[in-house]
Formats: sequence, structure tokens, C-alpha cells
Amino acid sequence: MRTDQSSTAVGRISSDYAATSMSASALALHDVSCTFVSKDAPGQRYTAVRDVSLTVADGEVVSVVGPTGCGKSTLLNLAAGLLEPSTGRVESFGQPLTGINTRAGYMFQSESLMPWRTALRNVMAGLEFRGMADAEARAHDWLQRVGLSGFGDRYPHQLSGGMRKRTSLAQTLALDPDIILMDEPFSALDVQTRQLMENEVLELWAAKRKAVLFITHDLDEAIAMSDRVVVMSAGPAARILDEFVIDLARPRDVAEVRTDARFIELHRAIWAVLRDEVLKGYAQQLQARAA
Amino acid sequence: MKLRPSPDNIRWWQLGVLAALFMFWHVMTKPGLIPPMLFDNDRQAAFFFGEPLQIGARIWSWFVTNADIYRHLVVTLVETLLAFAVGSVLGLACGLWLALSPMAAAILDPYIKAANSMPRIILAPIFAVWFGLGVASKVALGVTLVFFIVFFNVYQGVKEVSPVVLANARMLGANRKQLLRHVYLPSATSWVFSSLHTSVGLAFVGAVVGEYLGSSQGVGYLILQAEGTFDINTVMAGIVVLTGFALVLDALVSRIEKRLMKWQPKAGETEKL
Repeated sequence: MRTDQSSTAVGRISSDYAATSMSASALALHDVSCTFVSKDAPGQRYTAVRDVSLTVADGEVVSVVGPTGCGKSTLLNLAAGLLEPSTGRVESFGQPLTGINTRAGYMFQSESLMPWRTALRNVMAGLEFRGMADAEARAHDWLQRVGLSGFGDRYPHQLSGGMRKRTSLAQTLALDPDIILMDEPFSALDVQTRQLMENEVLELWAAKRKAVLFITHDLDEAIAMSDRVVVMSAGPAARILDEFVIDLARPRDVAEVRTDARFIELHRAIWAVLRDEVLKGYAQQLQARAA
Repeated sequence: MKLRPSPDNIRWWQLGVLAALFMFWHVMTKPGLIPPMLFDNDRQAAFFFGEPLQIGARIWSWFVTNADIYRHLVVTLVETLLAFAVGSVLGLACGLWLALSPMAAAILDPYIKAANSMPRIILAPIFAVWFGLGVASKVALGVTLVFFIVFFNVYQGVKEVSPVVLANARMLGANRKQLLRHVYLPSATSWVFSSLHTSVGLAFVGAVVGEYLGSSQGVGYLILQAEGTFDINTVMAGIVVLTGFALVLDALVSRIEKRLMKWQPKAGETEKL
């Protein structure tokens, strides 16, 4: 991790802080690297992330921002147990992670609902898999909470993008996970729907105070939602460049908080770090396309 | 301008085409109606191509006056449905198994390819020897035809399960059995249904061809008998009945498909909110 002492402008934290908060963390990645081997050509390797250490304390919302293709999603898949790191360790509540992280709920970026199940049966899915007797009642309750009480009998293709995201949210939260992993969950939504959903998520979070690891490429969203923002470098072999504590008061309204002076200050500081990486990432993509 | 083809009177136009076809057939084959053009005498056209009126009379006697075709139709229907059901279940089971165990798939790959490229109709005589001239040999032939259609579709269906849906189900706590039951199977079924029209059609082909090659009942048997006596009108009548039968089966499949696959978006459907 880069600790640039000369620019202690805002909210920047040293790596010591991250180290001390590890003991009680809901999620901890220790020096994790992830290298993918191409199936067709075993000689071709792609390192998505290299030597990344990241912790999320219980009840903390941490956002990861970075240019496209920097391995943000890889980080989330590692935390979920869907991927195993090539090197390094992943721990969840102090336990080393083997297989799926059962204490985590994952909200995917793309369509993840089962198209052959109605909205209600989709929300029920996780409860059913775990053999809960009152799955249907709980699912009803959650559909209501995300404002879809009248749409339980609809199939995903009969719902709008925003409604599908709400269903996904209900599906994930119905299991009451201790860690919530979100992979750009709102990136496909229009600005208005997005702000509504962000506020709803903040409200739901405030009620339960679960640990959240939030991946986004939208810096505004990251600052508005989180307690801490982590900036990643451009891939391949992405690493963590910097971390910023977001000391804005809660509860927040994602639309209003954007005009806060502190918000603007934080935004400027993080963007200064992020901008170079975005440009770098962009240049690499152009190069890759030309090659 | 009511006569011009439009979506409203399309049925009438379709009937019109049918009527014109039969009219042409009738005019060309009716002895003595027009002077012979291709043949030496005016009875030969009727001998080779049959006469629509005679065919109609034949069908009428089958269904109404003699009412003796129902037994044969039921036999053909039972063979078709059995072949379809057995072939589909076997195809589904093997497709799921091989798609989920890549090692077995890799080992069996050349044999599957060989079995699929073999002209399986040629197995009919062997099946007749093994299973006799009854229903079983026809079902066996139909199964070999249906199995591969369903098998390849299920295999493809399982391979193309959305990785995100799969990962999501795993995150929601599904174990291997639940994944099979709630993710792979529904996904594969959608592929099975997309091939339903083809596989029902092939089950039908298996039944009729099996009957034609050796049997004591069924519509294929009727055709075989008539052919033995050069009764071209009865052969044609059998073909017409089979065609109608196939159309009814196809309509039935569409019905079932519509009911079971309502979760699938259809083209042009805009019931979004």
C-alpha cells in the first residue's frame, strides 16, 4: 500500500490502522494475489490482483473504486469464496475461508435471478435451500420491504431493471447475511432509480449495521454510501493505492450529501489519486484492442 | 378489396391454396376428363397418383362408415408417445450426467458422435428381431431418434447455464443436489422444450417407419398393406391421415409449451412495468 505522507490532506489512513483493526474484522484479505490461467493456452497467464490486503470491520461499509478491468470483481469473488486466491489468505470473522462464504450475501452486477422462478420464488430460493419452514412468509415480507409486494407472481422478464435489482436485494438480504458483498449493483439503472435504491440500501443497512463491501466505478456513489473508500490501481496486477475514511455524518441522503463541502473535499482528494489510474486503464484498454 | 390477402382473411387464402391443389390433382388424374399428356392411356395417371375423390371416400369409410382406423391410430399414437417419453427421459438423464461430469463426457465423446452419425433407421430390422413385431420395436426405433435430439439439447442447456445465476444460487446456499434440481434442470428443460417439435416429429417418424417395415397394426401397417396391392388411393389416404395427425400433435405440443414455458420472454412481448 502506498502511504504518501506528504499529502495528508484528507482522511488518509496509514496501513497501521488497517493492521490493528484486523482482529474483529468481518472480512480480511491478507496479501492476496489472483492469477488466471487461460484454458486454451496454458502458457498465458493474467494476474488480476497482486498482494492486496483489505479488511472490512463488522458494521462497516467499505467501497472499492478503480478503473474498469482492475480486478474489483475478483476481489469480491475472493471474499465470497467463489474464487480461491493464488497466494495469500482470506478470513471471515477470524476463520480461514474454505469454499463458499456462508456468512456472506452477494449482489451481482448482472442479472442473477433465476428466470424460471417468479419474483417471490426467487426471494424464497435461499430460504428454501436452507430448509426454512416459513420461507414464503419471509419472502413476502422482504418483497414488501423493497416495495414489490404486488409483483410477487411476475417472472423476471416481466419486471423492469430496477425491479429486478430490488428483487435481487430482497433475495440477498432475506438470508440476513453478516457480510453483504455488492458488485456495482446499481450500475445498470438510471440516475433517479439509482439514487432511490442507494437511499433504500442505506436505510436497510442502518437498521441492521452489517459489514458491506461495495464495488463501484462511481466515486460519488462510493463516497455517499461508505465509511471507507479504497482506491485500486489499473490492472493487470492491480493493487490498493490508497484508503480514505469518509467522516460524513449519518444518516445520509445520497442526493443531498453531494453538495456537502466535506463531500466535495473528499471527492477532490480521492479523484486526484483515481484520475491517473483511470487514464492508465483507459490507455491499456486501447492498446489491448489495437494489439 | 376484401379479396386481397390480409391478416383477416389469411385462413381463407390458406384453404384456397389447399382447394386449388386438390382441384389440380383431380383434373390431372380423373380418367377421361382431359386427354392423356404423359401417359399412354387415361387410366395411368390415376394409377400412379391416385384420385382425390377416391382418397376422400377412403378416409370417410375409415373414420365414419367402417370406422376401422381408430384402432390403428391409437396404436401409432401410443408408439409415438412412448418413444417420445422414454427418449426424452433418457436424453435428459444422460445429458445432465455427461454435462456435469466432463471426464465421462470426454471418454464417451467418440461413441456419442458415432452413434449420432449412424443412420439409425437401419436399426429397425434389428429391433424387429429383438422386440418382435409389436409396439416395443417401434418404440425402440423412435427412442433412438428422440434420444439424441434431447440429449444434445440438454447437454448444451447445462453447459450454457448463466454462470452468474449459478454463482448466485451457490451464494444463496444451494448444495449440489439443489443446484441440479433448481438450476440445471429448469435450464435444461427450456432447451428440451425448444426441441420438442423436432423430437415429437421424430418419435412419429420412428413409429410409422417401424410399422411400415413390419407390423400387424398401425397406420404404417395400413399403408404397407395397400402398397402390396397397388392400391395407391389407400396409400395416399394413409399419408393424408398421417399428415393431419402430425399437425394435431404439433398443435398439442405448442399448447403444452406455452403453458410450461411462460417464464420465457417471447419476442414482441412488452409487459414490462
